[in-house]
Amino acid sequence: MKKYLAVIVILIITSFMFIIGIDFVFGAPANSDMDDYFIEHGQEQIATNNIVTTVVFDYRGFDTLGESTVLFTAVIGVAMMFRKLGEGD
Amino acid sequence: MRMSKIVRTGSDLMYPFIFIFGWYVIMHGHLTPGGGFQGGAVVATGAALVIVAYSYQEVNAMIKKAILMFQESGGLVLFIGAGLAGMILGFPFFYNWLANSGSLFGMSVIPGPNPGELNTAGFLPLMNIAVGTEVWGGLTIVILYMLSGVEKEGI
Amino acid sequence: MFWNLPYISVVLLTLIGISIIILKKNLIKIFMGVNILTSAVNLFIIAVGYRDGGIAPIYTNAPSTNMVLPTPQALCLTSIVIGVATTALLLTFAMLLYRTYGTTDVDKIRELRE
Repeated sequence: MKKYLAVIVILIITSFMFIIGIDFVFGAPANSDMDDYFIEHGQEQIATNNIVTTVVFDYRGFDTLGESTVLFTAVIGVAMMFRKLGEGD
Repeated sequence: MRMSKIVRTGSDLMYPFIFIFGWYVIMHGHLTPGGGFQGGAVVATGAALVIVAYSYQEVNAMIKKAILMFQESGGLVLFIGAGLAGMILGFPFFYNWLANSGSLFGMSVIPGPNPGELNTAGFLPLMNIAVGTEVWGGLTIVILYMLSGVEKEGI
Repeated sequence: MFWNLPYISVVLLTLIGISIIILKKNLIKIFMGVNILTSAVNLFIIAVGYRDGGIAPIYTNAPSTNMVLPTPQALCLTSIVIGVATTALLLTFAMLLYRTYGTTDVDKIRELRE
């Protein structure tokens, strides 16, 4: 009984996603002013050829700072968890 | 359980190439597809290959986990320190204080498609090296600690 | 229907991921479902930023200057790395649960706790 309910919920979610997005058109982003600015001015401001690296490390450097912190925290968590068992050194 | 001699010799032969390729991806992160995270993952793949070929116990005797932890922390400290170094010189936090300055990594590029020059991009290569070091140490230490957890079951 | 192939792939991957998360009882399979759901979201973000006939936003020996949007790709990079970190942490929790309860079945773990 519970399983049928879950299947019905999944079908509702899927049909909802199909209905709202079936005329979704990819290939022409509506608002691309920010990205056009990055593509045009990235080379003269940051002197980098790879615009994705420019966005990752410079224009959105704080995102990457948080990302590195998340990675560090996750690794520390894994180390703590196994060290608690007394099997790590 | 260590694998056969063929696998161990193969991993010994493959490891330098994987290492060099990973550091190529890291160092050319501002010119070609790639960067710190991807290159660090590639280098960690080489470490995983060595761990698979040899056993966990042998690799654990080869290298201390504290060194890898120190390496990971050092990567994060270098990352934040490169951002903080600009504040000493009077720039905002995370300002690209090396770009177009003429010193290390300070050359300008010609706008438009160009062949690429390694000595550009300001502190982005420093960031790539820092993040690559952090990801390398982090992924390797995750693999080592997970193997230390399943060690009792005979792997 | 084939004009919208990326969106259909996103919907199918989301369906698979949510189905696994809801219907499966094994913790490892649930984490696989979480990763498939993450892949669906990443694919959607990348597809939204696509421009017709665009190339990757890298100027080194670029054949043209019609480039796709760089910001969705940068955010996807962030998302992938955080996904790896959280997957490592989740698998650690699964190993500890197995060590404690002797099973990774969520229903049995719930029964054993009470």
